Amino acid sequence: MITLSNVRKSYNSEVSIGPVDLQIPAGGITALVGPNGAGKSTLLTMIGRLLGLDEGTIEIGGYDVTTTKSKDLAKIVSILRQENHYVTRLTVRQLVGFGRFPYSKGRLTVADEEVISRYIDFLDLRALENRYLDQLSGGQRQRAYVAMVLCQETDYVLLDEPLNNLDMRHSVQMMQHLHKAARELGRTIIIVLHDINFACHYGDRICAVKDGRIAEFGTPEEIMTDDLLTRVFETPVECINGPRGRLACFY
Amino acid sequence: MLEPTVSSPGITPAAAAGDPAPRRGAGAFPTRRARRRYILILGVLALAAVAFAFGLLAWKNPMPVGSAGFWRIAELRVTNVTVMAIVAFCQAMATVSFQTVTNNRIITPSIMGFESLYVAVQTSTVYFLGATGLVAFAGTQQFLLQVALMVGFALVLYGWLLSGKYGNMQVMLLVGIIIGGGLGSVSTFMQRLLTPSEFDLLSARLFGSVTNADASYLPYAIPICLAAGGALWLNARRLNLVSLGRDSTVNLGLNHRFETIKVLFFVSILMAISTALVGPMTFLGFLVATLAYQFADTYDHRLVFPMAFLTGFVVLTGAYFVMNHIFYAQGVVSIIIELVGGSVFLYVILRKGRL
Repeated sequence: MITLSNVRKSYNSEVSIGPVDLQIPAGGITALVGPNGAGKSTLLTMIGRLLGLDEGTIEIGGYDVTTTKSKDLAKIVSILRQENHYVTRLTVRQLVGFGRFPYSKGRLTVADEEVISRYIDFLDLRALENRYLDQLSGGQRQRAYVAMVLCQETDYVLLDEPLNNLDMRHSVQMMQHLHKAARELGRTIIIVLHDINFACHYGDRICAVKDGRIAEFGTPEEIMTDDLLTRVFETPVECINGPRGRLACFY
Repeated sequence: MLEPTVSSPGITPAAAAGDPAPRRGAGAFPTRRARRRYILILGVLALAAVAFAFGLLAWKNPMPVGSAGFWRIAELRVTNVTVMAIVAFCQAMATVSFQTVTNNRIITPSIMGFESLYVAVQTSTVYFLGATGLVAFAGTQQFLLQVALMVGFALVLYGWLLSGKYGNMQVMLLVGIIIGGGLGSVSTFMQRLLTPSEFDLLSARLFGSVTNADASYLPYAIPICLAAGGALWLNARRLNLVSLGRDSTVNLGLNHRFETIKVLFFVSILMAISTALVGPMTFLGFLVATLAYQFADTYDHRLVFPMAFLTGFVVLTGAYFVMNHIFYAQGVVSIIIELVGGSVFLYVILRKGRL
């Protein structure tokens, strides 16, 4: 369970986040949706302790993110930012291996190597594991980053727009991998998404963020209504029943 | 922690067991070939280092090999070779670590004002105390004073700029460069007001040269830089992580700001020792770090550090050997390093097409 109580962050008098009170239950996929600049990424980076809060508390599985030691939190929560650029030249396997740092402190054991192999196989990266990241396509690289955060073996996984720049096929593959990680590995995944239909199909819960506050929080069925989405996204949206669940039409 | 279920179709750790495929490991080298290449290059560099060091000690030694006179002359030359080893060690360790914590492969700690501070201290000594002052301002006290000044300057700068609410690496680098430029201008201004003879005396100090170093500094310099270098070595695994940038470092459980300031502190000690010992060597560290990354081709600092040190030592001893025995251009080794080293650097970069 992730609990945010009275969380605030202000950049200046006009741009501020909060106060946010939110409880995200453990298990499954929770999608954060909302218009650009609503504060989705800011909330996610605050939960992932990459950004400090001005007020309030955030607890992940009972641990306060501001007071718990960073090295202990690294075994509870992992976060992947939207933009990842490394100066160092790494192979896929070396990158995924860094996910073991909280346990191995950089000294990889045989057991660590087994875990690394498991997650490389989990994301179908076996054939690419000795390729350098700069030799991969965007979709493959994104999968490698996700393999790294899964390899950290934390109960809570935070992903900031992992579908960015991915085509249809890679987006679907990525969401299926994440779905599998949530179901089979029992991870709690919080993911920032832009495509409301992906959020509806793969999400167990949807959290709509608007103007730095939580606008709505509920199951996809509760969120996928015409006037709610129209209000949140400030764009006319119609929801229809598709062959596999509700679909939002806004084109 | 939840253990992943091994029975699921996507997770097949057992599949690799009967597989004669190459060993799977996330070590420093992706292939055996890369490992062999590293060992080969390290070996060649070690041989070259021994050859140049021996050449500097024994070449053109007028006494017959093995005689008492031969050893006396070699002993006199040992100081210079030791100083080269210290400078190579300091510049290599400092630059590699500095590039890692700043997440930038094209800068060197020299730009952070260390060298300008050295130049400013030396210039103001002549300016205020005259030529006799500069001559008197020598010995271990002035050496340790210079080191302390430079480390203090660096600590104030890093501490102030990195620990504030808006602490930011880019701002720190920019302020460092601006302070360096400012000190440089003040020094240039004072130099214009010197008499020619004073200026002549000063400029000998301002060219980076191992002959600037005094053997009496070594008992202080060696333990200090071994301690700072050893601390960086012990931090090598953390440095591997820090090289992934702030977000990944924090995500994987290290305090990024603390790691950065710690590393910058050791870097400032190493740079201060090197600069106070021989004077400015702006290009050497950058050259050595870049070449070391090309040679080592790995992210692991425990493998990059020795490569960088050996590269630095070979570049320095090679340059001195060429200068003493081929060009007879006594005194200005930095010119040779920049000319030859710069060409090698351009060649390597253009051939590989990446840093």
